[in-house]
Amino acid sequence: MTTETLIWLIPLPPVLAFFLIVLLTNKNKALSHTLAVGAALLSWLGSMIVFVRALGVEHLGEHPFESSIPWLPTGDTWLRIGVLVDPVGAAVLFFVSITIFMIFLYSVGYQNFGQPEGDHDHKGLPPHGATVEEHGHKHVVPSVEPMYSRFFAFLGLFAFGMYVLVLSDNLLTFFVGWEIMGLCSYLLIGFWYAKPSAREAAVKAFMTTRVGDVFMLLGIAYLYSATGTLSFREIFSETILHTLATVPSGVLGLSAAGLIGLLLFIGTIGKSAQFPLHVWLPDAMEGPTPVSAMIHAATMVSAGVYAVIRMFPLISLDAQTMTIVAFIGAFTALFSATIAVAQNDIKRVLAYSTISQLGFMIAALGIGAYVAAVFHLITHAFFKALLFLGSGSVIHGMEHGVLHTGNHKVDPQDMFNMGGLRRKMPITFWTFLIGGFALSGFPILTAGFWSKDEILADAFGHGHWAVFLTLAVAAFLTAFYTMRQITLTFLGEPRTKEAEHAQETPWTMTAPLVILAFFAVTYGWVGIPEHFPLLGGLIPNWFHEFVGGTLAEHPEAVEFNFIPLATSLFVALGGLFFGWLVYRNVNSAAEDRLQIPLLKNKYYFDEIYDRVFVKPAIWLAETFVSGWMDKGLIDGILHVFGPVTDRLGSFIRNYIDLPVINRFFGDGSADVTYWFGGKLRAVQTGRIQQYLMFALAVFIAVGAALYFFLLA
Amino acid sequence: MTGEQIIFLAVALFTLGSGFMVVTTRNLIHAALWLISTLFGVAVVFAILNAGFLAVVQVVVYIGAIAILFIFAVMLTRKDMRDQGPQTNQNWWVGALIAVLVFGGLVFLLQGWNGLSKTAADIPSGFDAVAELGNELVSPAGYVLPFEVASVLLVAALVGAVYVAFNRK
Amino acid sequence: MVPLSWFLILAAALFSVGLFGVLSRRNAVAILLGIELMLNSVNINLAAFWRYGNVLEMAGQVFAVIVFAVAAAEVAVGLALVISVYRTRNTVIADDLDMMKW
Repeated sequence: MTTETLIWLIPLPPVLAFFLIVLLTNKNKALSHTLAVGAALLSWLGSMIVFVRALGVEHLGEHPFESSIPWLPTGDTWLRIGVLVDPVGAAVLFFVSITIFMIFLYSVGYQNFGQPEGDHDHKGLPPHGATVEEHGHKHVVPSVEPMYSRFFAFLGLFAFGMYVLVLSDNLLTFFVGWEIMGLCSYLLIGFWYAKPSAREAAVKAFMTTRVGDVFMLLGIAYLYSATGTLSFREIFSETILHTLATVPSGVLGLSAAGLIGLLLFIGTIGKSAQFPLHVWLPDAMEGPTPVSAMIHAATMVSAGVYAVIRMFPLISLDAQTMTIVAFIGAFTALFSATIAVAQNDIKRVLAYSTISQLGFMIAALGIGAYVAAVFHLITHAFFKALLFLGSGSVIHGMEHGVLHTGNHKVDPQDMFNMGGLRRKMPITFWTFLIGGFALSGFPILTAGFWSKDEILADAFGHGHWAVFLTLAVAAFLTAFYTMRQITLTFLGEPRTKEAEHAQETPWTMTAPLVILAFFAVTYGWVGIPEHFPLLGGLIPNWFHEFVGGTLAEHPEAVEFNFIPLATSLFVALGGLFFGWLVYRNVNSAAEDRLQIPLLKNKYYFDEIYDRVFVKPAIWLAETFVSGWMDKGLIDGILHVFGPVTDRLGSFIRNYIDLPVINRFFGDGSADVTYWFGGKLRAVQTGRIQQYLMFALAVFIAVGAALYFFLLA
Repeated sequence: MTGEQIIFLAVALFTLGSGFMVVTTRNLIHAALWLISTLFGVAVVFAILNAGFLAVVQVVVYIGAIAILFIFAVMLTRKDMRDQGPQTNQNWWVGALIAVLVFGGLVFLLQGWNGLSKTAADIPSGFDAVAELGNELVSPAGYVLPFEVASVLLVAALVGAVYVAFNRK
Repeated sequence: MVPLSWFLILAAALFSVGLFGVLSRRNAVAILLGIELMLNSVNINLAAFWRYGNVLEMAGQVFAVIVFAVAAAEVAVGLALVISVYRTRNTVIADDLDMMKW
């Protein structure tokens, strides 16, 4: 089968799984997860085949795998849609397919497949445990999720959206995939729909990303009207890029390319939770952990960065837009790192960490470090997915403890209730440690080091001092809060009874952790810069060569300089050390000096947005539009129609219909006919002689008439 | 006025007079008897017309059977031997008027016809009207079919009359 | 030497007389008498036209014979009806037989 056909088929298995599960196998849990995991496996296999074939093509950037069909007739031409796998697409496909597969597999264990049904579990609420009799001794075990199949169906749809986005060759299907993921994030964040907090979080996520999406759509529309095409390869041709760069757009002094780039970037701000549209990501932790991993590590937020990567040739044309991009990226990186330091919930830390790392990538793109950004995107996906799935494993272990003690007031996600888990959950501990070190940028051995270092090197090497410093500080904080997290969770002694009774999770959950940890360690080694001391040049910088080939002009590798390397090492190791130092003796939230209210409450942004945007919108909807206009004005008009029609109707009935039509015409004609009939029936005497006389009289008359008028 | 015409006039007057008496006399038996005389006059008219067979059949069938039948019927439907009250109904004058109008109309129509004053042609010698009539009645090229149908009609009438007047006890 | 018209006028007159009888007699049997007169006038007409037309064509006489037969049949049935009516209603006055009245 040709590679192009295979590429078309890659998104198919997950969406098929979605439809089949929704329509047919909803009741059967085993069949549903088999369909879903099988679909993820198939897509992964297809992606791997495509990736391997892509590796073998010389200069993939100049002739990528592409295939398109004419789809929408637009006057004389056709809008074409299709698939495209160029180097960056292949690299992204690699990590997307494997993380998706890992998350699917993980979900089987996470949703407690094989466990008994809960005692009082409701669809829409997280499962609460089932009482089981064992050797005459009752205890509570985790129960299977009641909406098990639904979860896998939504995951399938999500995977479909991501594949469509990664593989598309034009902005239209890209946006379609973008929006499908927006929908799925709503569905999955609000998976436990009976929880009010989950419902609100889902709406918040959807609304916030929607704000970004509106601007993105505007950008796409402007692009289409300016160029007449949405296909990437056509947009990035010399002539069109030149036109867009020189034509002024009339807004803020930006060229057309600049404005389009800015509008598209606003979509990314929403989707990748950059400042100021970052508020939805932490609340999105309401969803089950595989969802958090999927959405907020591997796929959805990566899609935002992928958008900027894809449109890089366009965005990089305008210096102002690039500055805005770099600024927002660097600011977000530092901003959310400061918030992460003060969070207690294990998943919230990771959420803010994601925002921060995305800021790194966006900043890298803003300064033009294309390859570094893609590199960091991929490594981040691996170790962030690893961390999220690891945190899910930890939470599962803690829940086991909660069910054991029966004390449901203890929050299994609060780090201050954990401690000492390295002994109870070793696999989780070691993989989480690897992920955390990768996130912090632990040198040489973890992938995060290589990618983060490359960003810092690029910033330094091209003279972007502000970005360099900001990112360096953010990197320090990253290492700090990561070590804080690891220390509080795994090191030391268990702080609660529940932590004492934690248990390691089944293989369906720990196997993905191990696999992802492998990538978190080794993936960095494909991108070792050439001039790195000692190690550089041993393995060629395959990543730079491969991904760099995507752009029309192959980007130059930055010259090696010791200062960024030293900075990197310092912030990473220093942050880790300080984190361990400070927190190895902190045992409760009260003792934690960094729990400043400003940081804990995320700089009060939620409250600000609520006051400025949400409440006025609700007022507008409820009071103004619904109350005054709809119920008052429009319903008022309609309420006038009712009685008026009624009165008109009764007037017509009583004054026209009844007397005139019924009595005069209807009854009247009946009476007249009756009267005539009464008079006429005297003719019927029953006497034949009279009948005969009548007949003859008429006969004579008619005969005479005929004779005289016709014959005479 | 030739002798023929005088004879004809006499017979015609006789017939019409009897007919008039048929429809005006009060006593029904008298009416029946006047009918017999009318029929007899008609028979004579047939004879004048050289339709000998018809004349004889007129006497035998009409007078001999039908008029007798009338007398029987009159006898069977009398409440008593006297006829009471007028024999014409209320609107007899309308009937008279109509009769006059019909006569007038017929005569008026006859005026326009030019074959009126035809005189009778001579009968060819050797022509036997009766034999010829008999031939025509039974000849397949002639009128045997109406003849047979008339017989069927008579049978039907017979059966019908018997059925209608049958006295069920 | 008798013109045809005389026969025809005789027949017309006889017909009118019979018509008068049908229309104005009270007794049902008398009505039938009037009908007989009308039939006879028809026969006179037929015979006259035979004689004053082509004598070799027997159609006129044949028709007259048929009329005889029909008249006989009609009288038989009619009188049977009158008798039957007389038996049930005990009257032969035509005006009293008005069951078809409204």
